[in-house]
Amino acid sequence: MTTVAARPATMAQALTRALRDAMAADPTVHVMGEDVGTLGGVFRITDGLAAEFGEDRCTDTPLAEAGILGAAVGMAMYGLRPVVEMQFDAFAYPSFEQLVSHVAKMRNRTRGAMPMPLTVRIPYGGGIGGVEHHSDSSEAYYMATPGLHVYTPATVADAYGMLRAAIASDDPVVFLEPKRLYWSKDTWDPEDPPAVEPAGRAVVRRRGSSATLLTYGPSLPVCMEAAEAAREEGWDLEVVDLRSLVPFDDETVCASVRRTGRAVVVHESTGFGGPGGEIAARVTERCFHHLEAPVLRVAGFDVPYPPPMLERHHLPGVDRILDAVGRLQWEAEN
Amino acid sequence: MTVMEQRGAYRPTPPPAWQPRTDPAPLLPDARPYRVLGTEAAGRTDPDLLLRLYRQLVTGRRFNAQATALTKQGRLAVYPSSTGQEACEVTAAAVLEEHDWLFPSYRDTLAVVSRGVDPVRALTLLRGDWHTGYDPHEHRVAPLSTPLATQLPHAVGLAHAARLKGDDVVALALVGDGGTSEGDFHEALNFAAVWQAPVVFLVQNNGFAISVPLAKQTAAPSLAHKAVGYGMPGRLVDGNDAAAVHEVLAGAVRRAREGGGPTLVEAVTYRVEAHTNADDAGRYRSESEVETWRAHDPIVLLEEELTHRGLLDEATRTAARDAAEAMAADLRARMNADPALHPLDLFAHVHARPTAQLREQAEQLRAELEAEAEGAGR
Repeated sequence: MTTVAARPATMAQALTRALRDAMAADPTVHVMGEDVGTLGGVFRITDGLAAEFGEDRCTDTPLAEAGILGAAVGMAMYGLRPVVEMQFDAFAYPSFEQLVSHVAKMRNRTRGAMPMPLTVRIPYGGGIGGVEHHSDSSEAYYMATPGLHVYTPATVADAYGMLRAAIASDDPVVFLEPKRLYWSKDTWDPEDPPAVEPAGRAVVRRRGSSATLLTYGPSLPVCMEAAEAAREEGWDLEVVDLRSLVPFDDETVCASVRRTGRAVVVHESTGFGGPGGEIAARVTERCFHHLEAPVLRVAGFDVPYPPPMLERHHLPGVDRILDAVGRLQWEAEN
Repeated sequence: MTVMEQRGAYRPTPPPAWQPRTDPAPLLPDARPYRVLGTEAAGRTDPDLLLRLYRQLVTGRRFNAQATALTKQGRLAVYPSSTGQEACEVTAAAVLEEHDWLFPSYRDTLAVVSRGVDPVRALTLLRGDWHTGYDPHEHRVAPLSTPLATQLPHAVGLAHAARLKGDDVVALALVGDGGTSEGDFHEALNFAAVWQAPVVFLVQNNGFAISVPLAKQTAAPSLAHKAVGYGMPGRLVDGNDAAAVHEVLAGAVRRAREGGGPTLVEAVTYRVEAHTNADDAGRYRSESEVETWRAHDPIVLLEEELTHRGLLDEATRTAARDAAEAMAADLRARMNADPALHPLDLFAHVHARPTAQLREQAEQLRAELEAEAEGAGR
């Protein structure tokens, strides 16, 4: 047995490895989408898969997202486990009807006779200088659709484990990949990836006692940075990485908020009608008597995603998070 | 060398990537809908097939009438009837092998029943006790699809998956004339042709998308012509001529089975009833137009042929009618019983395992049901 020492790997590499391992482990796993074959995808996440498994297992499709997802539905009906790549968040919208009317509903409509074990991978979010239609945070649409699971990893290890779990799931999973974290690195052994846990649980990334930052995906590193900066202000912040928006882990979230008594939800998605409203409501309903202040949200503004030269004003940053923490009614403590 | 000689040697370079592709000529549909009944071709048709189709048409017509009657009795929430289109409905099922798949739209309950699905189970969608009342795998019939044309890419994907596995499976997908305007129609045909998937698309052109006539739906020479743009053959057939529909569909299925790829078939027919029982067709078409189509009725056309060939005696007619009445009586009796409802099933199949949130909500409903039962018991 050979062992390779853990070394820095990117989230993109971990995702590629997850796809490769899933395809090797299960011959029913089929990767399909635009440019995923010869090119290896515009972000190179499917790099090498067509060469290793053949074009029948990693297929360049015509450029038509509804057709891609609709065909994947038919393939899943026949017992395959399709993994669809949508090229960018905003380019997934043509497939919305297939997702909402069929992918999400097929199991329920047929009383379980026709499950939809398919994964829809969507690179999402901003911060990469993308021009219009390349930076949307579309998670609220998917969260609002019963029947779907919605996962979004924020670390290299989770990218691997959660994508494996998504592909292994007998439910359809919208797998949102924070594209600005594709090149983030962490120490991770690609030869000995961690065991795949069932997804659906949040995790505490940083222990703290003053307040809880509830976040996910691209905003996790920002929250970790904010928590470090907050030490200068005398706040010891806890950071919870939600990881799975559906199912939602009320237990981990509420346990943290009950400990700290204060919470701020942080995400790139717009605030109005965004995930933060649901999360704040759930926390308030369950932890009201533990709260020292209203649950606050730090979100993208309620504007169409800005052009790249203006996006830094839109994205939740450390200062905006610290401002929100500062508004958590600390005067009551004195 | 003179200037003229140099010019003579000059040839404009063609663009490097351009190559001639498919020759469109063999893909083009006939100029007029293909007919068998009442033509010379009719003499070549198998009498047993014609008699079988006749019995199925008579039963199919009765099924449509009975289902429409059930809406009036409040036993069905709504019924989009395929009266007048029975030749397409029963033939779509008849040309498939047991291991093939049928992908119906919401107007195709008769095709689903003709495939062998229990009528009561096929009608749960329209009765409203559950969306899909049958297990799609049992008879290889996909759920009745209400969102237009969205079932077509499913047929392509399933047929493609079967071919990848080396299984002998053809998928036949049904859609209406209105559905051909949907993006999913275009995308499904394109995928099918690129993948050479064993799929047959049957467009029942019944003249109307609810109230909108074909003239407002498309400027194409015919719907069958749309096939050419995707590189597959288009076939135009008289949708009320059961023998013609059978011949064309069976040919397309055979072609798909033998690896020849997909075919688009346009069957020209007519929606004799309104869109559904909730529609008022008098607002958009004349009774005289309907009458011209009643004269071109699929059962009438087949009866004329069978009579002409001396194949239809009174005993055959009576037997067909009796079988149809027996089906209708059975359906009536079973649909007149209130279906058993299971409210907690709302949560049972949303996911493979209910989430914590759904378990909480199921508990809430359970408590409400118990309180309701207690209240009723007092």
